[in-house]
Amino acid sequence: MARYLLRRTAFLLGSLLLAAALLFVLLRLLPGDPANALLSVGATPEQFAAARRQIGSDLPLPEQFGSWLAGLASLDLGTSFVSRLPVGPEIAERLAVTVPLTLLSFALAVVVALPVGFLAAWRSDRWYGPLLNGVSQLGIAVPVFWIGMLLVTVFALRLRVLPAGGFPREDWAEPLRALTSLVLPVVTIALVMSASLIRYVRSATLDVLGSDYLRTARALGSSFGGAMWRHGLRNAAVPVISILGIELATTFLGAVVVESVFTLPGLGTMLVEGIAEHDYPVIQGVLVVSTFAVLVIGFAADLVQRLVDPRLRAHVGGGRP
Amino acid sequence: MTSKFAGVVAALALALAACGSGPGDAPAGGSSATPDAGATIEIGSLYEPQNLDNTAGGGQGITEAFNGNVYEGLFKLTDDGKVEPLLAESQEVSGDGLTYTFRLRKGVKFHSGKALTSADVKNSIAKVTADDSQSARKSSLEVIKSVETPDDATVVVKLSGRSISLVYNLSYVWIVNTAAKDPATSEDGTGPYKLGTWKRGSTLSLERFPGYWGTPPANNGVVYHYFTDATALNNALLTGAVDIVTSQQSPDALTQFTGNPDYKISDGHSTTKLLLAFNDRKAPFDKPLVRKAVSSAIDDAKLLESVWAGHGSLIGSMVPPTDPWYEDLTKVNPYDVELAKKQLAEAGYAKGFRFTLDTPNYDPHPTAATFIKSELAKVGITVDVNVITADEWYTKVYKNRDFAATLQEHVNDRDVVWYGDPDFYWGYDNKQVTGWVKQAEQAKTAEEQTELLKQVNRQIAEDAASDWLYLYPQIVVASSKLSGYPINGLNSQFYAYGIKKG
Repeated sequence: MARYLLRRTAFLLGSLLLAAALLFVLLRLLPGDPANALLSVGATPEQFAAARRQIGSDLPLPEQFGSWLAGLASLDLGTSFVSRLPVGPEIAERLAVTVPLTLLSFALAVVVALPVGFLAAWRSDRWYGPLLNGVSQLGIAVPVFWIGMLLVTVFALRLRVLPAGGFPREDWAEPLRALTSLVLPVVTIALVMSASLIRYVRSATLDVLGSDYLRTARALGSSFGGAMWRHGLRNAAVPVISILGIELATTFLGAVVVESVFTLPGLGTMLVEGIAEHDYPVIQGVLVVSTFAVLVIGFAADLVQRLVDPRLRAHVGGGRP
Repeated sequence: MTSKFAGVVAALALALAACGSGPGDAPAGGSSATPDAGATIEIGSLYEPQNLDNTAGGGQGITEAFNGNVYEGLFKLTDDGKVEPLLAESQEVSGDGLTYTFRLRKGVKFHSGKALTSADVKNSIAKVTADDSQSARKSSLEVIKSVETPDDATVVVKLSGRSISLVYNLSYVWIVNTAAKDPATSEDGTGPYKLGTWKRGSTLSLERFPGYWGTPPANNGVVYHYFTDATALNNALLTGAVDIVTSQQSPDALTQFTGNPDYKISDGHSTTKLLLAFNDRKAPFDKPLVRKAVSSAIDDAKLLESVWAGHGSLIGSMVPPTDPWYEDLTKVNPYDVELAKKQLAEAGYAKGFRFTLDTPNYDPHPTAATFIKSELAKVGITVDVNVITADEWYTKVYKNRDFAATLQEHVNDRDVVWYGDPDFYWGYDNKQVTGWVKQAEQAKTAEEQTELLKQVNRQIAEDAASDWLYLYPQIVVASSKLSGYPINGLNSQFYAYGIKKG
């Protein structure tokens, strides 16, 4: 296990470095210069050159990359070209919105999807089995911003029970207010996420229900619930966990649409603003942090899978029959 | 590009239209109930500042939040485009027009507590004209030869040539404390408000400055809430999360507020013009007749109706009604398809021609491009619409002049003078116009200046230097509990100190 952990960590750091290099190069392939974002009509070539000097976009690329990497190593993500504010603290501030948003949505989606998915499989012969299946299909097809706007119309504009958007200026100083402003965004993401999760849970459960070992356990006298609990759940969990990892990572990055609909100052909106302004330090900072988060989530999903499934442990640990 | 142009911010200080202007006035307001001086005003806006420095690319947003609120100039612009003294108490101009002596107002303090001195003024002007300045005012202040400070309360500005716009231009120069640290991320001005907190991507708050020299604000502070999405902004207004929207950009959304007694819609004047800018250097648009034909072939009224549904107005040339040298020139190149065909034939393009229209990818440019394409098809001209990003526009059109024609919004007031610069991106080169613009700047009286710029405006219309499609509306939607807010003019300036709630 120790060797596995070591290898996995090395892999994580390697991927991160590769991602950082790719990011840096790809960004610079985009047409346009960040200095443009700072200037207005009437700007002279001298003003343009001065702007480039000021933000350092006139330096040779290897030099720019080197100083950025050096900063990264000391956990300094640099300073925004545009706002002149350090990128790191701003990302931290945005994470205070995006992380709770992602985790709460994820938790809600799991809580909804597991029983519903299971029910849709177990009772696929009843009328509500196909119905649940159909509803989840619909959920996948509907765009997330539309669900967001619908919820806003109903709960914020009509019923006036929840805010239409925004996040308290004091962040989490008043936790209840902060939570209130996250309710609609969380429900929006959770609805969309659980729609696809339901389908995975359903098919994983169907596999298990049709499996030989479950039939055998039943033949040996286990009750359906007992067999399901002892054998079914564990087996069904393996594919679902890896899907959960992917879903969590996707939500973390994909929250941008929801953040925009609900005007939440999260990581996604920061990225979009950074791209619009050619603000390389901001784009790089957000992407490095989110790449790191995604890799860590993948790592965690792997670990959990190994804990659940002894076969994986045996295989990767090597040698033991 | 919106923010880029807006960043130029030659904004008329069209503020507090209904209630007079200036911290010296006590806005009368229209409300009958007692206003709540302890109330915080929640302002919704689509223009978040890029940073807090208007000489370092702060953009339209920082002008909206800080001009007159946090920073003040020697002068300020009033609603009707007049210049009024603010931090300057008086001014004297020498007979040759080359020396301006300003006496500073007494008892003015910066937010840090330091008293305002002439050295701060000198430094603030130097900041705008510095080599690394990204201020749009830089070139217009280059006429300043030296700034002298004979004593703490006197500033002497010497010019290399006459400049009748000097005082107007100085109204855009923020007076910043010389000792201020990083103006891009903090502030030290003399305005009625100081910066509270700025949460990037979300809000910027202004708090009352207790040591303000003038009349204190009518409210206890303001919070600008920034939105990227007009629908979300309107939802915030509908649910009471914000009290006022600085500039309504979605005409469709207006119906939600029309006829609702809880809201008041104000339809003011803007100075933002939508231009079909030709490259006047290159065929076929080097021929005035071709440009006139194109201008006459497009039904501007129909375009305005389809984009703004009854709001906004038509202009026949570059000058908007709020500039002192405005006149109605909509008849110079009227909408007349037959005339357009005749002019095209006369210019040698009886069978029409084909050109590429570089179109910024954000509203309303793509809509306008599609409309123009169909209009010009009727006179045999084929338009290839090329949609580009703001950044590409800046490089391709503005810097490299590699275009046939383009669409662009120009937000500045008093920006007709660009037609006097043959090196500007549209390349309009008329020696007479260049001369007039120069003479106007060196004019001895405002009347003389006005007369010359009227001539300029007429001439560029005669030559159809560009096609001025329409003037944007300026729509402010506010809760009817609010009074004393700026309704006219540009979204770029938004004097908040007169706003009362209740």
